[in-house]
Amino acid sequence: MAPRKDAISKKTVAKIEKLAESVLKTVQGGKNPFLDIPVRSLANVTWSDKRRLVELGGQKQKRYFFNVSMAKKFMQTFLVSEACKELIDSGKTTSIRDLYYVTKHTIGDTRQNTFEDQDESDPIIEDLEVTMDSLREELHLFAARKGSMVGPVTIVDTGDTIDLRRMGSGGWSVPSIVEENVITFRKHEAKYVLLIEKDAVWTRFNEDKFWKRNSCIIVQGGGQPPRGVRRLVQRLHRELKLPVYVLVDNDPWGFYIYSVMKQGSINLAYESMRMAVPDARFVGLSSFDKDKYKIPTNVAIKMDDGDNNRAKQMLAYPWFKHARWQNEIQEMVKSGQKYELEALSRRGISFITEEYLPKKLKDKDWLE
Amino acid sequence: MAKASARAAGASRSTARRAKRPQMDLFEDKATPPVVGATPEEAAAPAARPAPARRATAESMAQKQREISVSEFFVKNRHLLGFDNPSKALLTTIKEAVDNSLDACEEAGILPELTLEVHDLALEARRPQDAELTKGEGRFLVVVQDNGPGIVKAQVPKIFGKLLYGSKFHRLKQSRGQQGIGISAAAMYGQLTTGKPIRVTSRVGRKKDAHVFEIQLDTRKNEPVVTHDEALSEWHQEHGTRVELEIVANWQQGQRFVNRYVEHTALANPHATIHYTRPVGAAQRENADRPGNETLSFPRATTELPKEAVEIKPHPHGVELGALMLMAQESKSRDVSGFLQSAFSRVSAGAAADILSHVPWGRKAVKPRQLAENRAMAEALHKAIGETKLMSPPTNCLSPIGDELMRKGLVSFLTVIESEGDEEEGAQLDLDSAGMKSKRAPRAEKAARAEKGKGKGKAEAAAPAPEPVPDAPAEEGVEKIKGHNYFIATVTRSPKVYRGNPFQVEVGLAYGGSWPADKTIELFRFANRVPLLFQRGACGITEGIVKTDWRNYLLSQPKNSLPVGPMALLVHIASVWVPFTSESKEAVAHYPDILKEIQLAAQECGRKLATFIRKRKAEDYQAERRSIFERYIEEVAIAIGKITRRQPGPIKREFLKVAHKVTAAEMAEEEKAALEKGEDEARPAKGKAARGKDQPSPKAKRRARAADEAEEE
Ligand SMILES: Nc1ncnc2c1ncn2[C@@H]1O[C@H](COP(=O)(O)OP(=O)(O)O)[C@@H](O)[C@H]1O
Ligand SMILES: [Mg+2]
Repeated sequence: MAPRKDAISKKTVAKIEKLAESVLKTVQGGKNPFLDIPVRSLANVTWSDKRRLVELGGQKQKRYFFNVSMAKKFMQTFLVSEACKELIDSGKTTSIRDLYYVTKHTIGDTRQNTFEDQDESDPIIEDLEVTMDSLREELHLFAARKGSMVGPVTIVDTGDTIDLRRMGSGGWSVPSIVEENVITFRKHEAKYVLLIEKDAVWTRFNEDKFWKRNSCIIVQGGGQPPRGVRRLVQRLHRELKLPVYVLVDNDPWGFYIYSVMKQGSINLAYESMRMAVPDARFVGLSSFDKDKYKIPTNVAIKMDDGDNNRAKQMLAYPWFKHARWQNEIQEMVKSGQKYELEALSRRGISFITEEYLPKKLKDKDWLE
Repeated sequence: MAKASARAAGASRSTARRAKRPQMDLFEDKATPPVVGATPEEAAAPAARPAPARRATAESMAQKQREISVSEFFVKNRHLLGFDNPSKALLTTIKEAVDNSLDACEEAGILPELTLEVHDLALEARRPQDAELTKGEGRFLVVVQDNGPGIVKAQVPKIFGKLLYGSKFHRLKQSRGQQGIGISAAAMYGQLTTGKPIRVTSRVGRKKDAHVFEIQLDTRKNEPVVTHDEALSEWHQEHGTRVELEIVANWQQGQRFVNRYVEHTALANPHATIHYTRPVGAAQRENADRPGNETLSFPRATTELPKEAVEIKPHPHGVELGALMLMAQESKSRDVSGFLQSAFSRVSAGAAADILSHVPWGRKAVKPRQLAENRAMAEALHKAIGETKLMSPPTNCLSPIGDELMRKGLVSFLTVIESEGDEEEGAQLDLDSAGMKSKRAPRAEKAARAEKGKGKGKAEAAAPAPEPVPDAPAEEGVEKIKGHNYFIATVTRSPKVYRGNPFQVEVGLAYGGSWPADKTIELFRFANRVPLLFQRGACGITEGIVKTDWRNYLLSQPKNSLPVGPMALLVHIASVWVPFTSESKEAVAHYPDILKEIQLAAQECGRKLATFIRKRKAEDYQAERRSIFERYIEEVAIAIGKITRRQPGPIKREFLKVAHKVTAAEMAEEEKAALEKGEDEARPAKGKAARGKDQPSPKAKRRARAADEAEEE
């Protein structure tokens, strides 16, 4: 292992120990011990105009042990801390699902478990990340991998050189840890990165060899892209200076995916700096494409209440305040209809790769 | 249980149908036309003839017009007396005899020792080893024996062979029977259905012989016919009465009523010992050498006799015009003032003068007889009585159960209920285990709060720390019965008056234990210590309880319904004259004065309940939070120990120390702050904490209510 990693590991372990020691000191002082956890909710997220990022505010919440509603989470936080320390000490990395199983057990002679399901342990990991200001990777944890990539680029993944031009139909699957100590970039002739919402559409682009004809890297994140994909796209953008285009469904969820790629998410606002690409461009599907590209209305889907609420929320996001974005969202709400990327197949199965996207890029018909 | 309730449902349907069409309930074999006194042929004849201008003349009708004896009337209207069908008739027969025995013992100041036997004659006639209970209707022998004062020889035939003959009708005194119709009606029912006379053995004292009678009832004349009369030189009791009746009954359907009646009679009469023998089939028999039947005993919970109810004269405010005229007719007084003073309670010479000052003829010398003949005068007097303020009637005529005995009664009742066997085993009835307590281990204990015991085990490691969850001391009002904690509260109101009749309301409740929390409460209604098993919906007691807002006392209550919660509620009305809605004495009439008292008593009891529930909720909450922390301290101490490379033991002790320091107030404070700050954080965790709280016992003790429901649904 590289010496740098050792330094990080040492630092992380020290942070965990400090957390435990401070709790112990409070208890020895006869006081109710607590953890100071930055609040991860919309109320504590701010939009930085300057950096064009969603940032975590300064609000913290005290998580006491002697408090009926907090005691369990307090206990869980230390179970997770202890498990992470052990991982780091033994130099191993594991999935967050694995960690759930490691820390789950029955409490004493009760019928209660330390964790009932993974939905209980995942937020505790995030709490720990923000509290200690450590990245998940630094805790030796990763999420389930999801996402694939191909394009005219050669990379090195933990020592193996991989040519992403020869990945066949499935592409290279993006790991969840893509930091420099794991992934580095070599030779490339790519002109831009295209992030596609869906695996199915990405497959069409790969099969049509779109990336070869247009010299670009195509990535998909299976819906909301996981951290690995987001971090990798950011690195491609920063290190290789490639512009990023996002191609998503014409529905509030698709817009939100674009928004997360661009500014970061509310839940992971503390990691926006490492993952967001403020310059990312939205190429489609636009609410006005149905006219421009003559998509018949019979392939539209009716917006439901959830869609409408989501759209209304987005109208209020500071990063969607621009008139063009307001028009875009309002048009969708007004028509009451949404379109999947696949709707373009009505105009021909390769319409999207041969006509739609090339025209969009040629006309610079995108939003920022 | 399933089997039993199915049976009850069967009973309910037939009962309800009959209740709606009482005329169909006469002898099913000879359908009788609705012309009272006419034979079927006579009644049918006019309709058969070609219609003449006039079908009957006044003269021809006059030939058919004759007196109707009460017995004839009740033969046709036996539902009015509670003999609607064979299952209900069984209960009514038992009830009339048992009520009489209890009345007689009480009046004579004797602690009652009763024997009640029900024999399935067909079962006992067969080879007992494999004999099964009679399915549906059959011949049954009912025997009720008491150690009461006995009945003098000369009276026996009339008491048992003549309707409307008794000692209780003409007086105002609290007793179970009141119309003098009870036991002779049962005798009549037996005679009508089996042709057998009632058999009565009675002895009035050591120096007297016991006497056995067999008595039949001449229903045309309403007169007794003695078919057997014999003196016995030997009898096992110095005094007492034994009544034997053969009737057509339905034990399968009626047993639940009988069981409940016996159980509840024991509850409301804690001074009585009752031995109850009932039939058992081969399938249910536990004891092979006791074929045919089994005996359950309800020992008395107190040797204290109820306060003697004193006989009183009627109060003027309760008298109706007709009754007033009748009383005046019979009066031997010289004038109206004397009549009022001697015939009524609370009328002094002064009060009489006061009343008479309100009538135009008040100054004149008027003989009471004149009132009986002059309606206008009587009416003036009746009005004057209503307008005159009088002292309330004396209340020493009432004998409530009383707070302490109600509690004792509830405790022994719940003890019987709790020792009930495994319901899953089959259709076990209420009392099945009462006689076999030792055989069936109550499974109640395991349901008792397990938390506390666990707390102890864990605290051992933390030597310096005090006991984290101390065992709560016995709480006031709480009775531990077979491992279940019941909160018991009772209220006895002071006597009040309706229509000039003194009455008194008592309420007792047993909350918690193994009563199910999500079901309607059990309502036990009593009138003069007699359980009321039918017509719950039509009863004034039910109305009083429904109209009470139990949400004030922390029970839930659907609109216009009984409250829902783990509770049994006993309501007793004691009165010299309980106003029933019918002669079968199943439901109390809706007098506003009575309803009001029931509500006041319920409210008073409810307030006690609310105090208890509030206190217990607060305690539960404290215990809950303590145990949460205890559970988690272990985990946290191990984790922190590993991280900091320390032993978990001392860390745990430090935490436990703080656990006792952090006061409830502090916790509440922090909780509030937490809720204000990160709402999403606090809420789900709260839900989790609530989980695992002691669940209400799954064993639902619902079967008792089935009798009422059977009647109504
Ligand atoms: N077991 C008994 N012991 C003594 N007296 C009895 C007994 N059973 C009945 N009697 C007398 O017979 C009377 C008639 O009884 P009953 O027909 O049941 O009418 P009620 O009970 O309404 O007066 C009673 O009033 C009582 O005086
Ligand atoms: Mg009677």
